[in-house]
Amino acid sequence: MNGHSFTLAGADLIALASGALFWPAQSLLCVSDLHLGKSERRARLGEPPLPPYETRDTLARLEVDLKTSRATTVICLGDSFDDSAAAQALSEEEKLWIAAMQAGRRWVWIEGNHDPGPVELGGTHLAELPLPPITFRHIAQPGQSGEISGHYHPKVTIRPRGRAITRPAFLIDSDKVILPAYGTYTGGLRSHDAALSTLMRPEALAVLTGPVPHAVPMPR
Amino acid sequence: MSALPEKFQTWFAERGWSIHPHQRDMLDRAADPATLLIAPTGGGKTLAGFLPTLLELSQYRRDTDAIHTLYISPLKALAADIKRNLMTPISEMDLPIRVEDRTGDTPASRKRRQRAAPPDILLTTPESLALLTSYEDAPRMFAGLERVVIDEIHALADSKRGDQLMLALSRLQAMCSGLRRVGLSATVEDPDSIAKFLARHPDPCHILTADPEPDPDISMLDISDATPPWAGGGAGYAIPAVLEEIKRHKTTLIFHNTRAQAEIFFHNLWLANDEALPIGIHHGSLDRSQRERVEAAMTRGELRAIVCTGSLDLGIDWGDVDLVIQVGAPKNVKRLVQRIGRANHRYNAPSKALLVPANRFEVIECQAALEAVQAHDLDGETRGPGPLDVLCQHILIAACAGPFDAETLFNEVRTAGPYATLSRAEFDDCLTFCATGGYALRAYDQWQRLKQDADGLWHLRDPRSARLIRMNIGTIQDTDTLKVRMRRSRGGKPLGEIEEGFAASLTPGDTFLIGGQIVRFESLREMVVEVSRDKGRQPKIATFMGTKFATSTQLSQRILRLLDQSDWPELPSHTRDWIALQNSVSQLPKNRRLLIESFPHEGREHTCVYGFAGRNAQQTLGLILTKRMEELGLAPLGFVSTDYATLIWGLEPLTDPGPLFDPDALRDGLDQWLAGNALMKRTFRASATIAGLIQRNTPQARKSGRQATFSSDILYETLAKYDPDHLLLRITRHEAMRGLIDFGRIEQMLTRIDGRIDLRRLDRVTPFAAPLFLEAGRTPIEGAAQERLLAEETARLMEVAGLTEQGLQSPGPQGKQTP
Repeated sequence: MNGHSFTLAGADLIALASGALFWPAQSLLCVSDLHLGKSERRARLGEPPLPPYETRDTLARLEVDLKTSRATTVICLGDSFDDSAAAQALSEEEKLWIAAMQAGRRWVWIEGNHDPGPVELGGTHLAELPLPPITFRHIAQPGQSGEISGHYHPKVTIRPRGRAITRPAFLIDSDKVILPAYGTYTGGLRSHDAALSTLMRPEALAVLTGPVPHAVPMPR
Repeated sequence: MSALPEKFQTWFAERGWSIHPHQRDMLDRAADPATLLIAPTGGGKTLAGFLPTLLELSQYRRDTDAIHTLYISPLKALAADIKRNLMTPISEMDLPIRVEDRTGDTPASRKRRQRAAPPDILLTTPESLALLTSYEDAPRMFAGLERVVIDEIHALADSKRGDQLMLALSRLQAMCSGLRRVGLSATVEDPDSIAKFLARHPDPCHILTADPEPDPDISMLDISDATPPWAGGGAGYAIPAVLEEIKRHKTTLIFHNTRAQAEIFFHNLWLANDEALPIGIHHGSLDRSQRERVEAAMTRGELRAIVCTGSLDLGIDWGDVDLVIQVGAPKNVKRLVQRIGRANHRYNAPSKALLVPANRFEVIECQAALEAVQAHDLDGETRGPGPLDVLCQHILIAACAGPFDAETLFNEVRTAGPYATLSRAEFDDCLTFCATGGYALRAYDQWQRLKQDADGLWHLRDPRSARLIRMNIGTIQDTDTLKVRMRRSRGGKPLGEIEEGFAASLTPGDTFLIGGQIVRFESLREMVVEVSRDKGRQPKIATFMGTKFATSTQLSQRILRLLDQSDWPELPSHTRDWIALQNSVSQLPKNRRLLIESFPHEGREHTCVYGFAGRNAQQTLGLILTKRMEELGLAPLGFVSTDYATLIWGLEPLTDPGPLFDPDALRDGLDQWLAGNALMKRTFRASATIAGLIQRNTPQARKSGRQATFSSDILYETLAKYDPDHLLLRITRHEAMRGLIDFGRIEQMLTRIDGRIDLRRLDRVTPFAAPLFLEAGRTPIEGAAQERLLAEETARLMEVAGLTEQGLQSPGPQGKQTP
């Protein structure tokens, strides 16, 4: 599998190059910050518009990861929808697509700051999910261990021979993992940002997404 | 031939003038529906254009509140200048004629008055005219219009501004069927095509040619002592010699190809200007008030020299210029001839001009250009039919003015020269796009702009959208620029503008040149760059670009022919030796062959392709070749292009160029891969803005440039993926054949070499390739080589941190390694 293997609280995990996290022992795939319906929400609120179809793009990538990982449990780690209305505004086609992916799988929507309420799509809606030894929640809590979260959309810039390459990245230390945003229209927060560097231990690693994953000491 | 009225005869006589033959011809042809006058600078061209108007207005009374003659110029400054010149005969002959100008700079109060009570002669620009035709009262404002005079039509005929102008004239012609058109042009290679462009299709257009001017006195600056550098465009080495020339002449115009080069040259000129000669700078990025100050000082004859760019290309009359210096290769012979014409604005006096090559290769190009000027061999690219993005804007403008019938508008559009061959299907595509935004975007409200009523007429769906459409009229695509101001407590002095991309690269404390002074970047606030004065002498170089012209096909051909000899006695010895060395170390590029050199240098493999296709096409060639090299496993890392060659570096050597240059494969490469190309996105963005898909200006605020870039890029990708046949993508692909992408020149090159490729494998850098290593503007390639570098770098960082590949399985709290 095209990923970077590591251990968190005794659980063997794989940070996939696509930005999803896979837990083979549980056959569990976790993705964070899909922000489905972002273009629809911006158009609705009169913000500068973004073109449509990004929801399909995100779903298409998720489908590929589900096929290759054969995961039986899917955890969407919050901010799955750009807001609650965006979940309702998905096209019939897109709702059917999600339903098809949910068929035969356990599917958990963790609530995020963008999508706090339950959605009318299948699956379970939870504030957080403890799955010992791991806990899944949207926003990392300082001092927790064995925690997998999202929210910050971390990204990392590397400069090999003076050339800057920026990629969404996993941040990993012995206590926690912060997932990169999986959605098509999502900006990012540099790992240098105080919010991230205070959250992560000094020896934390960053795993860059892309064609293949690359691990580096987390730039700060 | 009718006699000139006494008033006019007296006026000419009092000034000791006699009427030029071509001015007389213009009077005789005053009733023709269209006339094109080709005359050199200083030939009384403008007066020739206006004489029939002055005569008609002085001979019969007419409705006082009607425009008799509309004068269109490509430059706002030119309109103001013409107004001054026109007022002289009008006031001296005491003619009852009111002249006013109207441009983007005209105050709103005067604009309102002009619509209520139009002057006899209105001077304006293509954009202001397009805006006027968008008002519902346009038919009333233009009722009684008799003549339209288009100045510097050769400059407009090359651009979308000209296409828009011709569409606007088709509207005016529908309102005033007797409208007569006059075009004034500098010397061009193909007057017939301009005549077709000007006249209402299919009206005839007579071409009048004034006596040609005497051959210019033109030469290369004597650089046998000072050696030009290998690369770069600064020409700093020539400063002392240029300063000597300024001292020897009354007034010198010093032309540069880019604004940044003009700034740097001006800066260095001042550092060397021990006698404090009054020298000014003038370019399009400077604040208007600054430009006007320089123009005023020039008119008063106070300046000995002006360092300038294309902003002074067109005919503003500067009086006493007796020398024109062109710094940097002229790139285009026609433009060079027109620039030279700026010296000695007196009829029948030869112009004096000097060429200053900025680097070693430009010495060759300057020599080729000199020979072309002497041979009267002007260059020109033929332009295809009128572009559809401009037509889309025209349809929206028409809708602002009122409901229209599609058939009527189609027939009207076909009377414009550039659109004479437009098909109904193409027109309908544009109309559908204006109405719905196109298939992929049909669900979006903001792109649903037109609707058809029960009578079949097309309307704006929301009349309020007229305001937005009017705010975005025009086809000029500036790169996004930000205003630069001195930091003060309350709004400091405006200095000019810089490119947004350049501004984004600045950190507080960085210094750059603008308006000839070094300033320190302080902050970026509300889209204004705040700076303070800096005492330093070495700025971080301003990269904001003027236009980067590509060397024309004809000039490139001449360069190849010039190289194809056994010796070069006409060139200075340093350049002659350099060419001879290239010839002995490798070989010289040949006219009907393609030279490729392959050599290792500093641990990387290099490939140098001497295509002589001009900067833009060489850049595109670099993009396509590196894509193919990536597929062939040669791991290219990046490339850089000039007008004559592209240098590619990577991890593996090129041994077989055949598969790379297969024309079908190259064309495939263009199709597949341009989809993700930033240039393609820029081309798309320009067309999408003109066609009204993206709005540059909104009533709320100017959208920040970066934001506009962001959404136009995503729009492009969305359309490319889900609606590849969208009108705007078809327009973009069409535009890709010229301009920034210029694939047409690559096709020309392939035809020229017809498979004849010389690959030379060498053990080190060659004399011709060496300058490319110093060239700015390198393009990195994102591909396998980048992943290799990223892997190297991340491994290195892990090692520095004391972590092995096994160690990352579980980074312990103390960073301990687990086996």
